Amino acid sequence: MNDAVPERRLHYLNVSYGVKSWLCTTDHKRIAWLYLLSITFFFFIGGMAATLLRLELLTPQGDLVQAETYNKLFTMHGVMMIFFFLIPSIPAVLGNFLIPMMIGARDLAFPRLNLASWYLYIIGGLLAIGAAVAGGVDTGWTFYTPYSSIYSNTHVTLTVCGIFINGFSSILTGLNFIVTIHKMRAPGMTWFRLPLFVWSHYATSIIFILGTPVVAIALALVALERVFRLGIFDPELGGDPVLFQHLFWFYSHPAVYIMILPGMGVISEVIACFSRKRVFGYSFVAFSSLAIAVLGFLVWGHHMFVSGQSIYAGMIFSLLSMMVAIPSAIKVFNWTATLYRGSIALDAPMLYALGFIGLFTIGGLTGIFLATLAIDVQVHDTYFVVAHFHYIMVGGAVMAYLGGIHFWWPKMTGRLYPEGWARLAAVTIFLGFNLTFFPQFVLGYLGMPRRYHAYPPEFQVLNVMSSAGASILAVGYLLPLIYLIWSLRYGAVAGMNPWKATGLEWQTPSPPPTDNFEVTPTVTREAYDYARPEPQSDYVPGEVEHV
Amino acid sequence: MNLGFPLFPEQASTMASRVDALYFVLIGVSVFFATLICLTIIVFAVRYRRRSELERPPEISGDLRLEILWSVIPLGFTLIVFVWGAKLYFETYSPPRNSLEIHVVAKQWMWKAQHPEGRSEIDELHLPAGRAIKLLLTSQDVIHDFYVPAFRIKTDVLPGRYMTVSFEPSKVGAYRLLCAEYCGTQHSGMLGRIVVLSPAEYQTWLSSGPAESTVAATGARLFQSQGCVACHADKDTERGPALADLYGKQVRLQDGKVIVADENYIRESIVNPQAKIVAGYRPIMPTFKGIVSEEGILQIISYLKSLDRPEGAQVEK
Repeated sequence: MNDAVPERRLHYLNVSYGVKSWLCTTDHKRIAWLYLLSITFFFFIGGMAATLLRLELLTPQGDLVQAETYNKLFTMHGVMMIFFFLIPSIPAVLGNFLIPMMIGARDLAFPRLNLASWYLYIIGGLLAIGAAVAGGVDTGWTFYTPYSSIYSNTHVTLTVCGIFINGFSSILTGLNFIVTIHKMRAPGMTWFRLPLFVWSHYATSIIFILGTPVVAIALALVALERVFRLGIFDPELGGDPVLFQHLFWFYSHPAVYIMILPGMGVISEVIACFSRKRVFGYSFVAFSSLAIAVLGFLVWGHHMFVSGQSIYAGMIFSLLSMMVAIPSAIKVFNWTATLYRGSIALDAPMLYALGFIGLFTIGGLTGIFLATLAIDVQVHDTYFVVAHFHYIMVGGAVMAYLGGIHFWWPKMTGRLYPEGWARLAAVTIFLGFNLTFFPQFVLGYLGMPRRYHAYPPEFQVLNVMSSAGASILAVGYLLPLIYLIWSLRYGAVAGMNPWKATGLEWQTPSPPPTDNFEVTPTVTREAYDYARPEPQSDYVPGEVEHV
Repeated sequence: MNLGFPLFPEQASTMASRVDALYFVLIGVSVFFATLICLTIIVFAVRYRRRSELERPPEISGDLRLEILWSVIPLGFTLIVFVWGAKLYFETYSPPRNSLEIHVVAKQWMWKAQHPEGRSEIDELHLPAGRAIKLLLTSQDVIHDFYVPAFRIKTDVLPGRYMTVSFEPSKVGAYRLLCAEYCGTQHSGMLGRIVVLSPAEYQTWLSSGPAESTVAATGARLFQSQGCVACHADKDTERGPALADLYGKQVRLQDGKVIVADENYIRESIVNPQAKIVAGYRPIMPTFKGIVSEEGILQIISYLKSLDRPEGAQVEK
C-alpha cells in the first residue's frame, strides 16, 4: 500500500540513464519511445513538404516553387508519411509498448530483434533523407515505371534502397508480434479474451510478413533496371510497365490496411473504456480485422482499372473490392452500437475515436465510389483519390494514433496531459481536416488530376479552401506536440489507471517497471469487463502493487 | 479569382449523364449512411453521457440478427453498384464497329493526334458530335493518361502497346484534355483542348488543313518504301504470309497457339518479329524498331486494316 512518503520507485524510464542505455536497450517500452521520437521527426518533415504543396496550390500558376521542386516535394511528402510515419506509427510505437503489457508478458518474444528493427528503420530513413538532401526524387511515392527506372534523373536508387531496408524492419516487427501473441500470453489469456487492439495487430503482422517482401522485390527491380538496364519494366528493353504496378500494389494496397487496422484496434479500446462497455459484437470486430487483412491481398487491381489490365480482370477486382465494405461496415456499426446505453465521457481520446468513426465512414463510403468501375474511370488519379486516402490515412489512421497516444500517455509517462487543450486540439484537427480534404472530392470529380504543379483557374476556389483548412490542421498538430512535452514536467501525476479502464496494462504502475508486472498476472475475465457487479475493487487508484 | 465555382463537370458525351446518374445514387446512399452514423453517435453521446462516476451500464455483448442485417445491407448495395458500374465501364472500352478511329501518340509533354483522312494536330483534337469515336493511343516514352473530364473518359497511355477508349461526343464546344498519369517535370503542363464540332463543321475543318493523303494511304507508301512488300505480297510466299484480310482474324503460331491479330499483335510483329512466329514460316524478319516511328506503325496498321475492308467506313475517300 501507499507509503506516506513514497520511496522513489524504479520504473522503465529511471532504471538507467544515458544515451547508451537507450540506444542499446532491449526493453520494448524504451524501443517504443525510440520509434515515437523518430516517427515524429519524419512526420514533421513530411508535414513541411505538405505545407509547401498547399501554399503552391493557393494560386493556379506555378509561382512559389518550380515544377521540378514541386514534384520532389510531393514525392518526399508521400515517402516520408507512408513508409516512415504511417506504416510504423501505431504498430511500432503503441503496439510495441502495449502488446506485451496487454497479454501479460515481460517483453516481446525477441527483444534484440526488436531493437534491430528500429536500427533498420533508422538506416532506411536516413538513406531516404540523404536522397532528399542530395537533390531529391521526383517519381512520386508510387515509383511508376518506366519513368522511375529509366527517365527520371533524380535520386531514385538511393531512396528505393532506403525503403527496401526499412521493409525488413516491418517484416521483423510483424514476426515478433505474431510469435509474441502466440507464445507469450499470460495464463488464462485465451484468444477470445485478447483486447481487440491485439487482434488488429495480429492481422497487421500477417500483412507485414506476406506483403512487404513483394514491394521490396518490386523496388529492387526498379533499382536494377536503373543501374544495369535489365529489361523488366521498360518496353524499350523488352519489359512490361504494368508488371511493376501489379507488384507494387500487391503490397501497397494491403499497406493501407497496415495503416488502418492498428488504428481500428485503438478505437475499440478507447470506445469501450469511455462508454464503459464491452465492445458490441467482439468476435465480429475481431474477425472483421482478419477478413480485411485477407481481402486486402485480393484487391490490388483496383488501382489499375484504366492502366491496361484486362477489363475482365477489372471487373473481378471491382467485385472483390466491394467486399471490403462489409467487414468495414461491421466495425463501424459495432462501434456505434457499443455506445448504446453506455456511460459516455467525451475525454480527448474519445473525441479522437468518435472523429475517427465519422471520417473513416466517409473514407470508406468514397472507397465504394472508387471500386465502382465507371466512377473510377472519372476519378482515378484525381483529387478524389487524394481526398479518399487522406480520409482513411489521416482522418482514420492519424486520428487513431493521436487518440491512442493521448489514451496511453499517462501509462507511458506517468503524467496527465492538460485535458482542455487536448480537447481543443482534437476538435481543431477534426475541423481543419474536413476543410482541407472535403473540397478535394469535388475537385476530383470536376477533373483536377493529382500531382499538378499548376492547374486550370476554375479549380482555384476549392484549392484555396483546402489550403485554408491545411493551416488549421497544422495548428491542430502543433498543439499536442507542445502540451505533451509540457506535461512531461508539469502534468498531474496520473496514477495507475486514470481512465478506470480494464486491460492488464492498467493494472501495473505508471510508468511500468522494466519487467511490466511484478508477478505474471492470471487472467480470469474477458476483455472490456466493465459491468462487473463490484467494479471498485479493480479500479485501485494510485500506485499500488497489484496483481 | 472567380468566386463562383462548379460542383459538377459539364456533360459533353453520351456517357456523361449515365455516369453521373450512378454518381448521384452513390452520393445519396453515402450521405444517408454517413448521416445515420454521425447522428446516432451524437444522439448516443448526449443521451448516454456519463452523469456519475459510479454508473454501471448494462452488459450487452452483441446481437447476431443485427450483425447479419448490417452485413447483408452493404453486400446488397455494393453488388448493385458493382453491376451498374461494370456495365458502363465495359462500354467505354468496347468500341462499336463503325467508330471513327483516331490515332493519338503521347510523349513528354504533348499530345499528337492523326485523323483517318490524314490531318494531324498537336495538343488539340477536333471531333464530330454525334459520332462514335475510337481512340487508339500509345506513348513514345513514359506512361501518360488521356483524360477528358467532360466526357467521363480516361485511359492510361502506355509505351510499347496500344490502348483504346471509345465515346460519343454529344455537345458542341471546347473541353479540357489533361494528362492524369504523372509523367515527369511538366506533367501539369501536358494539357490539350478537345473541340467538338457539328459533323458538317468537322468535314470543313478536315478539308481546311494542308492537303494530305489518308492515314491508310500513307501507311501503304511506308509499306512499299520500307520493303515490307518484298515478303508480304498479295499472296502467301515462302518468305512471309500475305497480310490482306489479316486484321481481326485468328492466326496459328508455330508453337500451336492461336491468337487474334489485333493492333497490338501487328505492332509487336513489326518491332519484335521474333516474339510470335506464324506457323509454317521461318523467323527471318528483321525488326523495324527505331526505323519506323510510332505514327508510322499506326499508319501501316491502318493500311493493313483497310485491305480487308474495301468498302469499310474507316477509309473514306
